[in-house]
Amino acid sequence: MCFMLPRLGPPLAIAVLAGPILFGLAGTILPAFGYLPALGETDFTLAHVEKLAVQPGIVMSGLISLAAGLVTTAVSLGMVMLFVAGWAGTRIFSRIQHLVSPLLSVPHAAAAFGLAFLIAPSGMIARIASPWLTGWERPPDLLIVNDPIGLSMMAGLIVKEIPFLLLIALAALPQVDLLRTRALAASLGYGRIAGFLHGVWPPLYRQMRLAVFAVVAFATSVVDVAAILGPTTPAPLAVRLVGWMNDPELSMRFFASAGALLQLCVTAAALLIWIALERLGAAMLRRLRRSGLRFRRDAWLRRAAIAAMVAVAITVLAGLAALAIWSFAGLWQFPGALPETFTAKTWMKTAPRLAAPLSVTLIVAALSTALAIALTLLCLMRENETGRIAGRRALLFLYLPLLVPQAAFLFGLQLLFVFTGGVASLPALVLAHLTFVMPYVFLSLSDPWRAYDRRYEAIAAGLGKSRSATLLRVRLPMLSRAILVAAAVGFAVSVGQYLPTVLIGAGRLETITTEAVALASGGNRRVIGVYAFLQMLLPAAGFAVATLVPALVFRNRRAMRV
Amino acid sequence: MADQQLFLDGVSIALNGRVLLAVSHRVEVGEVLTVMGPSGSGKSTLLAYIGGFLDRAFSATGKVFSGAEELTVLPAEERHAGILFQDPLLFPHMSVGGNLLFAIPPSIKGRAARSALVQEALEGVGLAGAASRDPDTLSGGQKARVALARVLLSAPRMLLLDEPFSKLDAELRSQMRELVFAKARTSRLPVVLVTHDEADAEAAGGPVIRVGQ
Repeated sequence: MCFMLPRLGPPLAIAVLAGPILFGLAGTILPAFGYLPALGETDFTLAHVEKLAVQPGIVMSGLISLAAGLVTTAVSLGMVMLFVAGWAGTRIFSRIQHLVSPLLSVPHAAAAFGLAFLIAPSGMIARIASPWLTGWERPPDLLIVNDPIGLSMMAGLIVKEIPFLLLIALAALPQVDLLRTRALAASLGYGRIAGFLHGVWPPLYRQMRLAVFAVVAFATSVVDVAAILGPTTPAPLAVRLVGWMNDPELSMRFFASAGALLQLCVTAAALLIWIALERLGAAMLRRLRRSGLRFRRDAWLRRAAIAAMVAVAITVLAGLAALAIWSFAGLWQFPGALPETFTAKTWMKTAPRLAAPLSVTLIVAALSTALAIALTLLCLMRENETGRIAGRRALLFLYLPLLVPQAAFLFGLQLLFVFTGGVASLPALVLAHLTFVMPYVFLSLSDPWRAYDRRYEAIAAGLGKSRSATLLRVRLPMLSRAILVAAAVGFAVSVGQYLPTVLIGAGRLETITTEAVALASGGNRRVIGVYAFLQMLLPAAGFAVATLVPALVFRNRRAMRV
Repeated sequence: MADQQLFLDGVSIALNGRVLLAVSHRVEVGEVLTVMGPSGSGKSTLLAYIGGFLDRAFSATGKVFSGAEELTVLPAEERHAGILFQDPLLFPHMSVGGNLLFAIPPSIKGRAARSALVQEALEGVGLAGAASRDPDTLSGGQKARVALARVLLSAPRMLLLDEPFSKLDAELRSQMRELVFAKARTSRLPVVLVTHDEADAEAAGGPVIRVGQ
């Protein structure tokens, strides 16, 4: 094996993470001001921005996006904070953690459909409560899903961001001395939550900060969840953007670019407001500390935190169950809680149409994940060679694709591919997915890689084994479980990608996710059930493989179990 | 490759400009050089330097020879410096036999010849028939003996011992010491032992260098 390769790891990773964003932003911002030499336009103008400014409802669209970003982040971070504050280190905490963590792999669109199937006027909740409680004999005429201020959209985002933030908090927890700080705070008479907020939260939050920013950025610019649950009159900015971007009229590109620029500004504004909120929160905490208030009676708040966590898990799981039921439902009249008959007819009818998008989904996910794993391993091997582990700057690069709104740079990237003939080609789509898969694979693999006991390598070298033999026969097999889990994470991320697939696949490369979201407006619940259920099934299958294969291969190796 | 003395020629290891240890010594075949020092004195870095896996944070000068061959110009895998750590560090994904087979040099060819060596090595440490066992199911003392058998099978030029007895209980410790030193003598290997336990130095019976005091 060539050992020059690890040297290439970091520059390649930076190219994969930052390259598409730089090109994409340039390809978005320049046309927004009228500059697009490929279409013969080289004069800078504000005309497109002005046209955007008078677009009906544009201010409302922007405000909804802004509010969604801030509310989603504040609520999910608050719930994770209270849950960790009240319960970290207890048995019930690890139980609920095991209940919530798998939700991370559920694609956003599937979770959003699940929630819609629960809360719609003819959804599961209304069915179970009718008619005995509500008196409804037919679905009430209420706008719950797609409500005008985006509450259900925010709820859909919150249930998906909580598992993410919880996982990030759990990863950062070992670096703060939670149990001893808690004991110290308790000995001073502080309630558990107050003690946590004063002693543990500031350093913990510092570790989580980039991930929190990523949530703000994501929630301000999400398309699939917004298209499924979000308001329609007007729709959140990102949803309208995609409509303009898909307009076949070439001159619309300028206008759509101006919209993407606005999206960039809305996300930036949300991040700035969030930073101001951080300051405000820190100042309030300082004041509270000086007051010496103990907040000893916080049992009710701790119980509320745990109840909220359980409710989130149940909501997502029940939503997924609703998807499954719908996909097998025969006749199902309101207010029956279950279908009168079950049938595989929808699956049979849909099956022939599933083959093409399913194969694109699998190929793109497998390739982008394999590339991400290879790149990550090269970077981590390089860390071992240089003895320097990636610092804050590298972390910023990793989070870059999660901090810049997708809609703001993918459109420009699509432009690049259009003019180089790469649009709707499989390699371009794999590359676009790789940009988003890479951060998650790296974040998931780097901790176990760094925790590896390198004395094993010293021993292997002492036994006369070359570096490649040591890597292939000792280190990689010992880390096989972590590598497979990282691969399952990457696979799940790729399967869930909506916007990169729509824009770079240009409607010609469809995946299960793009097909599912496209069905949202149609409202055929049985078919949506099939697609969304399949969308959820793929990542779950990935994790099952990642768990079962090492368990089988190492079934007689006790120390290889987790 | 055994039967060669180990020569530490002006070896000096420093961290941030502070010299942790400086050693010049010839370790004869079958002799144990003991390096004594409190924990944190950097005594283990000497073994890392000899073995070729010193952390980049340290700076080191001096040469190490095995017989007439200079080791310090070679990569770690060509130095054949067999090392035993505090923990046995058996590869958890291989069987006991797999661990030993992995150590046998590729120059010994043929499945039968290689597995005969494994059997012999296991008998030599009183673990006959354990080849197919999962290393994690062995007791602490058994693991330590497999680790010893593994390092000896790799035909090392020397033995580097990094407090290898410190995690064993008292009775096992003296048994293990005797076994290791006896094997090193019969295999005609020079040994460098790093420890903070006076009893180790006494049992080794060789010259003692004290660092970090």
